[in-house]
Amino acid sequence: MMMLSPLQLMFYLAALLAIIASLKVISGKNSVHSLLYLVVSLLAVAVCFYLMGAPFAAGLEVIVYAGAILVLFVFAIMMFGLGQDETLYTPKIASLSIWIGPSCIAIILLAQLVFVIDSSELQEKLTVNIISAKQVGALLYGPYLLAVEIASFLLLAGLIAGYHFAKPDGQDDHLRLHQPSNEKGE
Amino acid sequence: MIDILFKLLEIIIVIALLIPIAAMLVWVERRMIGIWQDRLGPNRVGPIGILQSVADLLKILGKEDWIPPFSDRLVFVLAPVIGAVCVLMSFAVIPFSPSIGVSDLNIGLLFFLAMASLAVYSVVLAGWASNSKYALLGGMRAAAQTVSYEVFMGISVMGVVLLTGTFNLREIVLAQESGWLIQTQFVGFIIFLIAGIAESHRLPFDLPEAETELTAGFHTEYSGLKFALFFLGEYLSVTLISSMSVVLFFGGWLMPEPLDSWLPPLVWFILKVFVFVLFFILLRTSLPRPRFDQLLSFGWKYMLPLALLNLLVTAAFKLTGGFYG
Repeated sequence: MMMLSPLQLMFYLAALLAIIASLKVISGKNSVHSLLYLVVSLLAVAVCFYLMGAPFAAGLEVIVYAGAILVLFVFAIMMFGLGQDETLYTPKIASLSIWIGPSCIAIILLAQLVFVIDSSELQEKLTVNIISAKQVGALLYGPYLLAVEIASFLLLAGLIAGYHFAKPDGQDDHLRLHQPSNEKGE
Repeated sequence: MIDILFKLLEIIIVIALLIPIAAMLVWVERRMIGIWQDRLGPNRVGPIGILQSVADLLKILGKEDWIPPFSDRLVFVLAPVIGAVCVLMSFAVIPFSPSIGVSDLNIGLLFFLAMASLAVYSVVLAGWASNSKYALLGGMRAAAQTVSYEVFMGISVMGVVLLTGTFNLREIVLAQESGWLIQTQFVGFIIFLIAGIAESHRLPFDLPEAETELTAGFHTEYSGLKFALFFLGEYLSVTLISSMSVVLFFGGWLMPEPLDSWLPPLVWFILKVFVFVLFFILLRTSLPRPRFDQLLSFGWKYMLPLALLNLLVTAAFKLTGGFYG
């Protein structure tokens, strides 16, 4: 058994926190508490990224996921007035059959994870080698340009759909606004 | 080992100075508003009222720290702490002078943006955990406002990153030796300042706590020390946004040639920050509060396109070598 360096220790601590927080996300009954644990889990993952030599990815993880997307989740939960005990709304677990699908997927993932941890070739590649923002940018706008463009199309589609839903129904609204004043005039 | 101890000492000194400064700002604000409105302001406690904040602190410590029985206890207690901690963490990456500064993080600017976006949770969760209508409305306003203004706050500082080629705040300051970035990034600065005011929930962007319509918004149910923590967070974030403006656009501790030998760099930095803080206070006394939909449409319809345009023009200039030859 070799001694862990302080950095390794920090990595495992962060990873452990991420796992515990993720477990709390799915075991909690209160949706806001679950979301908070999800934030903690994302922060822990960001620390892992940072320790593995990807500070840019770590920063974006916090800004985009923890700082923006989950705020919107919290916002939605507040809008719908959820947050207390939600077990009332969730269907009762009827039988063991609903566990089969997720379990298969989880087992495949677990096998992959074990393989990755076990393979020494990958271990060598994972030794810290700091990736700067510049490298990330060069990769995104070089070999992965197509992926970036597809993602931006997807976002644009979402934006247009959002605009469409949020737009007041032009004519109806116009009429509704003016009807009362017409009635008064008559 | 001794390095770590020195670093810890530095962190403790920075925090030990920042918190009293933030507390003093309450008095500075009331006194300055008084002077601008042609009255005296608080001038009773100590010489020219300088101990007013100490008196306020004693008063607030003596108050009952009540947790409403209808609230979500855990989140209710956590919310003000998250706010103050996030703002204090941001100070870690700010270079105060050539030798002072807790961390020269390579992604300093991103770290600041990350902490600013995490600080939203404080307000949103306070609003939700209070379980009261005013607080909830305040929290929802805060969420919508902060998420919108965060978007172009990030974009507005990208011009700076483009010109200096780094996220490291110390390197950004050093890159301004030939000239402050305000010369070329004036639009970026204005957008950053507006977004910064919105982030710190100051007037005219204090809709989450608009007294006239929401009593006290997200902190309606808070009292005693927890209320004080919200207050502290607000004044700390005023100081933070001022410091960031100075670092990003006004050359940090740097001063032009004849002036820089008059005072030590740290003093120049503090003076610049103080000017910004006074500007924040002046804004509060002079501007009315917009309606909430006006606030949001202003952000998305004017500020966001402007920030994108600024980025585009800066990139074009950088590419053609227009700025620094």
